[in-house]
Amino acid sequence: MNEKVKILAVGRNQEILETVVRLINANDAWEGKGAVTDKEAVQAFDHEVFDLILLCNGISSDSEDNLRAYFLAHRPATKIIQHYGGGSGLLTAEIYEALAG
Amino acid sequence: MSNTILHKANQRGHANHGWLNSFHTFSFGGYYNPQAMNFGALRVLNDDTVSGGMGFGRHPHDNMEIISIPLDGDLEHQDSMGNTAIIRKGDIQAMSAGTGIYHSEKNAHENQQVKFLQIWIYPNQKNVEPRYDQLTLNLNDRHNRLQQVLSPNKDDEGIWIYQNAWFHMGKFDKGVATNYTIKGGKNNGVYAFVLNGDISINQQQLNTRDGFGIWE
Repeated sequence: MNEKVKILAVGRNQEILETVVRLINANDAWEGKGAVTDKEAVQAFDHEVFDLILLCNGISSDSEDNLRAYFLAHRPATKIIQHYGGGSGLLTAEIYEALAG
Repeated sequence: MSNTILHKANQRGHANHGWLNSFHTFSFGGYYNPQAMNFGALRVLNDDTVSGGMGFGRHPHDNMEIISIPLDGDLEHQDSMGNTAIIRKGDIQAMSAGTGIYHSEKNAHENQQVKFLQIWIYPNQKNVEPRYDQLTLNLNDRHNRLQQVLSPNKDDEGIWIYQNAWFHMGKFDKGVATNYTIKGGKNNGVYAFVLNGDISINQQQLNTRDGFGIWE
């Protein structure tokens, strides 16, 4: 049995983030986790290896820069993309595109 | 203009959920086509028909400019900013989702369909304060000409969004031709979507619901 693709979603709006994670987990091949704060995101990243990181709503430029720098410094192959739209119709295609890239 | 892309109507993605019949020019929901992801900032062009009394329940968005254009029937809008509105044929609605909004869009009538275009544009600024706008357009202003219905500028004709993009709509009599000069600089292209009828753009024949993009 193939391992699931592990995805970390980081976003400031708890309710939207929960929607994003729920939609990720609706795909049997994917396993999603959410982090609201940068600290939570770093803790999750340190705890397990993610195939893809989605940067969602409300993340400031400084936070984004810091998170990207941390993730790439520790695992340079980590794929990081901006998720637009809030867990809506774009999520599936965004993830497929990122995993194929 | 040397580059073009043609999206034929019958090659679009399609999802029929019963209450919602939707055609997707670009990848959306369960439709994933790597060759049809976007045209520049234009990310979603959905051609939706919603049954009477039905609609999209409360759901979130962020960081997206969302434009709805009713083609037939009326939409009832509610959002987390406190807006409630009816959007009718001839209106245009825009939402900047920004840091996050919730909204619902449903058919305003129990016994007739509503047909509308749902268009999403990537914003040129992330995490803006959410905003809602709608405007009733003068349909006479698009007879045999391209009526501007959306722009990046608050003071310009039509509604505005956070992107270097313009929308125009036109209704042309048989044999009438017009020119369109691309706005927004040399990095911009133009994407045409035929609502109804047969037209030709730069020698490319297009029919109802075909899409055609041109860029340098």
